Amino acid sequence: MADYSWPEADRRAQIGARPARLDGPVKSTGFAKYPSDQNPSGLLAAKILTCPHAHARIVRIDTSAAEAMAGVRVVHVIQGEGSEIQWAGDEVAAVAAVTEDVARDALRAIRVDYEVLPHFVTEEDRDRAPGAREAGERAEGDPDAAFATAHRTVERTLGMPQMAHMCLEPHGQVCSWDGDELEVHASTQAVSTLAGQFATELGVPASQVRIRTEYMGGGFGSKFSPDRWGIVGAELARKAGAPVKLFLERDQEVTVAGSRPSAFARIRAAADEQGKLVAWDSDSWGSGGLPGTGQTPLPYVFSRLPNRRTRHTSVPTNLAGSRAWRAPNHPQACFLTMAVLDDLADELGLDPIDFLERNLDLTGRPETYREQLAIAAEMASWKERWQPRGRTRESAVQRGLGVSVHTWGGRGHSSNCDVTVHPDGAVEARIGSQDIGTGTRTIVAQVLAETFGLELHQVRVSLGDNVYPQSGPSGGSSTVGGVTASTRRAAQDALREVLVHVAPRLTAEPEQLVAEGGRVFVDGDSSRGMSWREAAAQIGGAPISVQGRNPGSGRLISSGVGGVQIAEVEVDIDTGVVQVERMIAVQDCGLIVNRRLAESQVYGGLIMGVGYALYEEWIPDPVSGRLLNADMEFYKLAGLVDVGSLEVHMMTGPGYDERGVIGLGEPPVISPGAAISNAVANAIGVRVPYLPLTPDRVLDALAGRGGPA
Amino acid sequence: MTDDAKRSGFSRRSFLRGGAAGALSGGLATGLLTGEAGAAAATDAEAAETVGPGPVEIELEVNGATHRLTVEPRVTLLDGLRDRLDVTGPKRVCDRGTCGACTVLEDGRPIYACSRLMIESAGRSITTVEGLGSPGAMHDVQQAFVDHDAQQCGYCTPGFVVATAALLARHPAPSEPEIEAGLGGNFCRCGTYKGIRAVVAGGKGGGVSGG
Repeated sequence: MADYSWPEADRRAQIGARPARLDGPVKSTGFAKYPSDQNPSGLLAAKILTCPHAHARIVRIDTSAAEAMAGVRVVHVIQGEGSEIQWAGDEVAAVAAVTEDVARDALRAIRVDYEVLPHFVTEEDRDRAPGAREAGERAEGDPDAAFATAHRTVERTLGMPQMAHMCLEPHGQVCSWDGDELEVHASTQAVSTLAGQFATELGVPASQVRIRTEYMGGGFGSKFSPDRWGIVGAELARKAGAPVKLFLERDQEVTVAGSRPSAFARIRAAADEQGKLVAWDSDSWGSGGLPGTGQTPLPYVFSRLPNRRTRHTSVPTNLAGSRAWRAPNHPQACFLTMAVLDDLADELGLDPIDFLERNLDLTGRPETYREQLAIAAEMASWKERWQPRGRTRESAVQRGLGVSVHTWGGRGHSSNCDVTVHPDGAVEARIGSQDIGTGTRTIVAQVLAETFGLELHQVRVSLGDNVYPQSGPSGGSSTVGGVTASTRRAAQDALREVLVHVAPRLTAEPEQLVAEGGRVFVDGDSSRGMSWREAAAQIGGAPISVQGRNPGSGRLISSGVGGVQIAEVEVDIDTGVVQVERMIAVQDCGLIVNRRLAESQVYGGLIMGVGYALYEEWIPDPVSGRLLNADMEFYKLAGLVDVGSLEVHMMTGPGYDERGVIGLGEPPVISPGAAISNAVANAIGVRVPYLPLTPDRVLDALAGRGGPA
Repeated sequence: MTDDAKRSGFSRRSFLRGGAAGALSGGLATGLLTGEAGAAAATDAEAAETVGPGPVEIELEVNGATHRLTVEPRVTLLDGLRDRLDVTGPKRVCDRGTCGACTVLEDGRPIYACSRLMIESAGRSITTVEGLGSPGAMHDVQQAFVDHDAQQCGYCTPGFVVATAALLARHPAPSEPEIEAGLGGNFCRCGTYKGIRAVVAGGKGGGVSGG
């Protein structure tokens, strides 16, 4: 029966090629209309009033002045008198008005009296945290005995603070009602699941909620739900009887719309005389705002390390709850683990790559890492250029190299795709997925074109709308596997139906026919064939429409990848300034659909990684409980000139391609913090225990001061 | 009213002069961080009128089309373009002159549209990313952004395209300090700088084949 598979390497026209992303022209010309660009007729602008206190009770709200203002259409109280507010930036009231400026005027006219309550926002200070919850202890083997007999042991306290998603398009949506039917242009990563969530909150059937996201300006794990502002936006639109645009202001976006949990840990690790890891003991803690945070997977990658004990404490703070941030928990676990292993290698007098190689049997994929470490070392000229820690030059500027390894799953999510072949030869796919910037639209088109032997411009892809078949949210690197598998199954089934109609004309069996190069012909005898257009005409007057699903049969996708990164840095030991000179990434993602877009994902991961390694952190003010840098001046992203030279090597060919398609969004962003921290330690001879590697932290480490916690 | 506002503001002479400057035709100022943007504006302070605080009727040219509209003085050029004229290529991200997503050309010079009042642009010629080219007829820089995959989610792209076009119009082979001055005031979250570097390295034609 149906055999779903990818073509053999020598028969691939699209898979593994480098076509440009299909929506490149509309994006680079500004013609792409994002949710925040929607301006339907009669549109009202909405703004949200937030609480300035990190912990408070609302005593009184007076909205009468706002309601009386000209141009104000609706004033909506979100949290009324008596409500307890648990973080600064929490939503209190909303206004819809004829313009944004009038809405802002109205917010200023709302009077709220608060009873201010005590707050806690500095989770690195675990011992003073109210409400800290110990998650319990897990142990395997006999760590105490192993430490007692180990050759070398290091102990470090390390950590990284909370940071923001900082999506450039803020969270928000435009809501329009037509009777009791709601249309939402949402900046979301979850086109197919949003409607049900809106429907439940608004008391309408999900079948009457339309979600549209043709383009969206970044999510990184923070845009999976309607959020309170989504529901409020829909309520305002319903009350006003007019469309309402509600997108967060930048300070709100930074404060409440997405952060990555912090992670701190006191870690001991030990090795024997052969440089084999023999013991691990970690006591970790962290916060994701009010909910606290779960345990990071320690020890990372080297998870089969014998004799290990892990403890974790979740620390709630009076800050907005964290959200999934690209590769949840992995960048933190990677930094905590790789920094300690790097310090242990130094203690043992070993080259860190040599040390990692000696311990690859403790990982889930030793052969992959071994191959990748060799390639990365070659790219970095590691053998010639790596030197043991310490100042190697008579200069204020010291150079260093650091390495890290990482892993991710990336199995394709649930996905359904309708593929239609029209009698005139037109081919289209409809899929309730979304292109969040990774190139989903393009890779679905590539799968269609590959299957039918057509060019990309001959196929059409429609996505970003929940009228199309359900496809999963774009998170966890699950999209590429999900949508390519569902599309391939639908396309192969649709093609088989076409071939059944074509076969008699070619006096062949359908199984003998292939579609390649714009023709359908007998495999091995291309003279017995016809053009695709002629072939499609054989199906009669009605189009063929087939749905493909994932999961399903066949070997199209799998999961589990490895990656290695090397960073080269310069550190000015007088100023503490770190400059990333070079980043090298060697990455596996199974069968690559689009080389150009795959490389872009890895470059993007490296660049985002430079950001969180050197610049990015939430800075909560212990006194006010508010963020001190809820903007883009003092919450710093890496710029064009900050990221150094970037080199990417994608693993392909035998050993990789036959794994099928595996996701790539998360893996490349995991290692940069660890690799850059290790490179800095290599350059200056001491570990800077905290990320980001700001000048003050570097100078503290050089001066022998540990810094906070 | 500040001197700056008088100098750049609402005068009959700057009003008349504005329409003549075509996008990217004249000499372009350097990047936004150099402080030159706006400095070359009219010196005819004597002709300036006091406007506001009520709504003001202005005329300006956007992507070749002349618009006459009444705006409150507090409306930024960015919000006016997006909300009043439905010119949504320029994006509102930081809304305070840091990120560059709203970069447009005013009389050929790159400016942050979020940090300019619309009435200050009265009589001027504004070119947004849409005015440089269209999907069927892209500007060389837009084509190079596609070829080098210098965009992911694409939300920073309009500002980067305009800033890059302005940079390359003035410096077809920019030095590192020129790149820093021209593009250091634009930020991307997805991490597309590798592609943007390739666009810049390709010069004004952006003519290098795809990355």
